[in-house]
Amino acid sequence: MNNELLNILNSTVANATPLVIAAIGETLNERAGVVNLSLDGSLALAAMTGFVVGVTTGSAGLGFLAAAIVGALVALLIVVADIQLKQDQIAVGFVLTLLLADIAQFLGQEYAGMPSNPLSPVRIPGVADIPIIGPIFFNHSVIVYFSYVLIIVTWLMMFHSRPGLAQRAVGERPATAFARGTRVNRQRLFYTVLGGLLIGIAGASYSLAIKPGWSNPPAMRGDGWIALAIVIFGGWHPFRVALGAYLFALLRALSSAIQRSPDIQIPLVLLNMLPWLLMIGTLILVSSGVIDRLLRVMPRPAQRWSRNFLRSDPPAALGTRFDPD
Amino acid sequence: MRSHRLISATFIVLPVVVAVLFTSLLVMLVGNEPGEVFQTVWMGAFRNSNALAAVVNFWRPLVMVSMGLVITFTAGLWNIGVEGQMMMGAVFASWAARSLALPHPIQISAEIAAAALGGALWAGLAGVLKTRLGVNEIFGGVGLNALANLLAIYLISGPWQPPEGGSAHSTTPFPANSLLQPASTEFPVSMVALGLAFASIIGVTLALRGTRWGLQLKATGKSSASARLMGVPTTRSVISAMMVCGMLAGLAGSYRVLFTYESLRPLVSGGIGFLGLLVVLLAGIRALWTPFIAFAFAAIMAGSTRLRVSLQLDASLAGVLQGALVLLVLLSNGLRGRVVEWSDRRAAKQAASVSETASPGARHE
Repeated sequence: MNNELLNILNSTVANATPLVIAAIGETLNERAGVVNLSLDGSLALAAMTGFVVGVTTGSAGLGFLAAAIVGALVALLIVVADIQLKQDQIAVGFVLTLLLADIAQFLGQEYAGMPSNPLSPVRIPGVADIPIIGPIFFNHSVIVYFSYVLIIVTWLMMFHSRPGLAQRAVGERPATAFARGTRVNRQRLFYTVLGGLLIGIAGASYSLAIKPGWSNPPAMRGDGWIALAIVIFGGWHPFRVALGAYLFALLRALSSAIQRSPDIQIPLVLLNMLPWLLMIGTLILVSSGVIDRLLRVMPRPAQRWSRNFLRSDPPAALGTRFDPD
Repeated sequence: MRSHRLISATFIVLPVVVAVLFTSLLVMLVGNEPGEVFQTVWMGAFRNSNALAAVVNFWRPLVMVSMGLVITFTAGLWNIGVEGQMMMGAVFASWAARSLALPHPIQISAEIAAAALGGALWAGLAGVLKTRLGVNEIFGGVGLNALANLLAIYLISGPWQPPEGGSAHSTTPFPANSLLQPASTEFPVSMVALGLAFASIIGVTLALRGTRWGLQLKATGKSSASARLMGVPTTRSVISAMMVCGMLAGLAGSYRVLFTYESLRPLVSGGIGFLGLLVVLLAGIRALWTPFIAFAFAAIMAGSTRLRVSLQLDASLAGVLQGALVLLVLLSNGLRGRVVEWSDRRAAKQAASVSETASPGARHE
């Protein structure tokens, strides 16, 4: 494998990391039945907060902590507005999307363009020396390794633990879960705040690691929406969600590589359109029942495992309020 | 019941006060005087007839988009794609402005018709994606917004680039014959466009109140499944609501290119579509309140363009004030519900204890 390709793949993994973390965070709250639509704004505000705290204290760790708190507070606001104040999750989330991005831009104006020292890559001894895999996956900053662990832990928690069973029950059949003694709204509060915490960390991973710095308008605007679409593409399954994030990042990396190369002439605009066309295309694929039809023509033994992996029905109670009274 | 009215009044004033306080706090955080900032915005919007005209020139596209969104919200749709529909209206109007050369009134009519068509088609696409292919209109809309803007960038930097060379900034200004004409130099507003805005306000209000179509939209919005069982053609309702909204958004977008900028630019919609969603949420999807709230928002938007010039502050403060207002109104609506519930329960308890003491023997009869 030549060096340039390895570099592209390495930066793909890095660039995908905020998307992976944000989309896994959103998967956690959506599996419990709550939509946090505010991602595009939350990411911006968390990135700004993380950068400002990181630069002023000189500690990236504190920056990540502050960003995580911001993300968790936003999520708390959405879930309290839903459960206690009976306001539509989508409406509150959408208003927050715009509001938080504007707050970030307004408060961050003096920090735009300020230099910073981003997290430096850490080579993991042993695995970093494996050919191909090492240079692509194990020569990154700490936050990238955090995302690997996150994917696996989320999968274990969600599908192979008792709390995960309760979480999915709350998102699929809240009334049944309630009748069996699960405190539905308390579960939803917990997973939404947990998801928000991760969304905050994702925001800070832009400004402190992957795209270090802060700019007006924020560089990651639009990624929040992509992350939300990736959750759908990923069928609310941690592995597929992560795969979706890597695919999007790969597409972006390829388009910027093509842009730099002199021998390939494709209009730049067409390349910039690709991620959005892919987003709409994949949503059509997973929403229109094409996959179900595909599954039916497959040989029987292949059907079972592929159904588990390709299934893409949203949690049945997604976005609905549960009133125990 | 008097207490209910008092509670209602409190919960209308409260979010406004808190939103202003919150915005002031942010202003102080960046080291400025809130009083000075609010005065700058106010003066920016109302200092003379020219400033007022700038407010009207924001209001005109904003109110048209908002009236369109009243329709989609009534049908239960989150038309986030409204920004892209404005862009497509702008692109189609620009095409007509560049390539046609007709007598002025016919030219303008052709441009406006093209804008309406562009917006309606782009919205119809989102509607078809939703009804035929199951793509949620929020995500379909976000994707279509990005695509519409990239299309504009492609046209500006490619086929429509100015002859002096490719800049991604804007096309060459359109010929004077293609532009909407201002009423006067003291009050530079296009009366033709303003007339169209008033027509759309009246048209949407009447269509929702007194037509069969309006009723079908309401039924679809309340519960799509039961509306279908009642024989309402829900697919047609969804697509027609989207297309009418897209038409109005397209007209709004055309105003930005045929009057405000006199050329096509990237992001020519200027966030007005998203702002329209906030306006309609704040109005509680009521057609009658929408124009007034749109005016207040247009004043904040036009007034805050002065912030950078006179105080070196980012104009995103306008969005902070508007967003905080809408968020707090939503939250306070919820809080009011809780307080009314609580005061009713208390009143019921009191009534029960009063009746008990008034007729102590009642229980023994």
